[in-house]
Amino acid sequence: MSVVRFDRVGYRYPGAGAPSLEDVSLRIDEGEFCLLAGLSASGKSTLLRAGCGLVPHFHGGEFSGQVTVSGLDTRRHGPGRLAAVVGTLQQDPETQIVMGTVRAELAFGLENRGLGAPAVARAVEEAALALGIEHLLDRVPDELSGGELQRVALGAALAGHPEVVLLDEPTSQLDPVAGDELVGLLRRLNQEWGTAVLMAEHRLERCLPAADRVIALERGRVAYDGRPGEFQRWAAGAAPSLQSPAARLLSGVGLDPAVTGVKQARAALRAGGLLERIGAGDAAGPDAADLGSHRRGPHAAGPHQRDARAAAGRMLGRAARRRRRDAAPALAFRDVWHELREGPAILRAIDLELWPGECVALMGRNGAGKSTLLRHAKGLLRPTRGQVAAQGRVALLLQNPGDYLVHDRVADEAAAGELDAAGLEGVGDRHPRDLSGGERQRLALALATGPGPPPEVTCLDEPTRGMDRALKDALAARLLSMSGARRLVLVATHDVEFAASFAQRVVLLAEGGVIADGPASEVLCGGWYFAPETARILRGAGGALVPEAGVALLRELGAGVVPEVVA
Amino acid sequence: MVAVVGQREAVPCRAAGHMRYRRRPTPLHAARAGAAASYCLALMACAVLFDSPLVLGALLLAVMLAARAARSGRELLRVLPYVGGLALTAAVLNPLFSHQGLTVIARLGHLPGVGEIDLTLEAVVFGAVAGLKLLVFTLAFALMGAAVDPDELLRAARRVSFRSALTASLATRMWTVLERDARRLAEAQRCRFDAFDPAAMTRRVRVSRGIGVVRAVATGALDRAVDVAATLELRGYAGAHRPPRRRRRWSRQDLAFAAGAAGIIAVAAASRAAGVGDFGAYPTLYLAAGVRELALAVALVTVALLPFTQRRGVQRGAGP
Repeated sequence: MSVVRFDRVGYRYPGAGAPSLEDVSLRIDEGEFCLLAGLSASGKSTLLRAGCGLVPHFHGGEFSGQVTVSGLDTRRHGPGRLAAVVGTLQQDPETQIVMGTVRAELAFGLENRGLGAPAVARAVEEAALALGIEHLLDRVPDELSGGELQRVALGAALAGHPEVVLLDEPTSQLDPVAGDELVGLLRRLNQEWGTAVLMAEHRLERCLPAADRVIALERGRVAYDGRPGEFQRWAAGAAPSLQSPAARLLSGVGLDPAVTGVKQARAALRAGGLLERIGAGDAAGPDAADLGSHRRGPHAAGPHQRDARAAAGRMLGRAARRRRRDAAPALAFRDVWHELREGPAILRAIDLELWPGECVALMGRNGAGKSTLLRHAKGLLRPTRGQVAAQGRVALLLQNPGDYLVHDRVADEAAAGELDAAGLEGVGDRHPRDLSGGERQRLALALATGPGPPPEVTCLDEPTRGMDRALKDALAARLLSMSGARRLVLVATHDVEFAASFAQRVVLLAEGGVIADGPASEVLCGGWYFAPETARILRGAGGALVPEAGVALLRELGAGVVPEVVA
Repeated sequence: MVAVVGQREAVPCRAAGHMRYRRRPTPLHAARAGAAASYCLALMACAVLFDSPLVLGALLLAVMLAARAARSGRELLRVLPYVGGLALTAAVLNPLFSHQGLTVIARLGHLPGVGEIDLTLEAVVFGAVAGLKLLVFTLAFALMGAAVDPDELLRAARRVSFRSALTASLATRMWTVLERDARRLAEAQRCRFDAFDPAAMTRRVRVSRGIGVVRAVATGALDRAVDVAATLELRGYAGAHRPPRRRRRWSRQDLAFAAGAAGIIAVAAASRAAGVGDFGAYPTLYLAAGVRELALAVALVTVALLPFTQRRGVQRGAGP
């Protein structure tokens, strides 16, 4: 039985030129786990808003067609009435918390429905236990991290046992561990409670194994609707940027890309006889140093990944030589502590030297101290113990590029020359809010780095939130070009695939301390959570982190086999 | 050249911690919001009822000790400079504008618009007492802000006036969200390449940026309000009912603080009826300061602190 039905739905926001949804027809059955895929601005969020009644009741605009949720027509029933059957989680958890404590937040929706006190108390307790937030019940939202807020908002959406949950990029602010936990939790609720799930997400590799079905949108229309494996096959031809790394790897070596996760990809490679050849079977893989040439070998890589891999190899040796020769690193943290007056130590004895020309990814769980470390690098915070030393100028791009933009015209923010240098010609008269996400980020980066030669140190804090792969690729290319000019680039990120695409060195933080520091090929190959899908499939063989490097490795070692597979 | 960064003192947002509720393992936090609020309101009422500096001093001591027992002393110390400034202003302004009192201690001459200014001892003392009264009242209110769960309080209010209480609740929430937005925007402005360039950061540019930040926060407030309104819609606020009554047995802390509130009011009312703790400033100073007043001061402090002895069943590990 269908829980959600879209019949020829079209929608245009008030004052918008083009419609955000066009002729969308789909059904979601009871207990289905559906993944909503698509590039930025393809209509994913609008579709979710139509499902919960915000479109058209809250946003206005032109609406056509019909959406029914559990038999309720959204044209006649507003979000308040639909709230009894639909739980909704939007992108920004900060604005989804309206009460002063977590317990009150979870109870709010239930009380609005007129449930009795015992029923409310039981539902709050159950939702908190299911999401593992029972210890947060009496905390105030201002004290919670982004990940905790996200779980609280999800708890508020699920407390009423809705028949369907609509989620808009719920893992965008979560670290890889928390993201996996959230997806696993949704799958469990889906299986045990029979709750239908419709989730929009950019990091498909994280969600595909859990999904029963994928719906891909393209310019507001349904471009694909089917099984996840088939989706990979479709994406290989129609929308390569939506393919997961596993599918790209298999496509690259000529195998069927219809896989949804690591296990299936390994099975496919094993069936093709490729896994044994690279020694990435159950036994440990060959020494990364022996296969390092594949990581450096750019034969089959995409344009910027090729550059990245080549640069990475050069940089590893170059950086090591420089450390011996040069006395001054670009940025040095010497026994840096950051201790809160009434709280724990955020940074604990950080000793770190970062060198000119390096592209460094700073990784770790939510609350590990990444953002604090970057703020120390810029000088926004003062260490409670220790010292931070920088050679030259330090630029910092914070998480929200929009925060840098306070004027009504782009031209008032930066001079024409700076706009041209940032690739923003012809946007001077526009309002900064009207820029796309990528343009806004380029402008903010230009404001952080300033005119002339780039600063000696450029730091970025979570720059890929809400970005699709094309935008991430463009950013990675830009970062690599900056580091190529003997500048240090330091990026705090949760996005393992992004880190794999640009970083030569990875520093892993946990509870305020450095727990791993080394070449990306070592740090990102050795783990499970902090490892890209390609490395997990190949078990770190050859230090391959991105599909293109994996393909190069497989082609070289499986020479003579791959063409047969293709044939 | 190696530049040592991070030497500049970070600008702490002190306002962030003001009067913000944080659950802590203390008897006052453990008491239900109604009882805890009654206790704080009783202290505030007491400050209104008495003018005697002796009693007000005792009340100030009681509030500060209660805040310490509730582990909210730091919050009160943070608001102290602002409240102290306000109290000082009241103390300074009163003798300037009051023409009462017989003991002239200084003649300041003619002030346009105000007339002849003669400082009298009575006006000075009365101003100081008014400042002290304001100080006690505001600190007791700050204690309520720091130790009484606003949600529980507003929830109770929602049963009486649903939408007004919810509006108050949202305003409380929006305040902290906007505070965080403002902090973020200000931090981003400090990250612009020219933020510390004296040549680029002329006074005009600084003012323009400052106005920009304020405007961005204001515009952001509208966006935030729209987002919050969308969330309210999704939580079924449009068809909301009055929240159900929660039947909860009275804990020993509930009883202790309710009894404490009743005790403070009873002692204060009885003292007022008996004329204990009298104080008059005009035309000449009069202060009752005998054994009865001393007993009243001791009684107020004791009654105010007794509820804090009920530590059984206080949740350990809640809050920092």
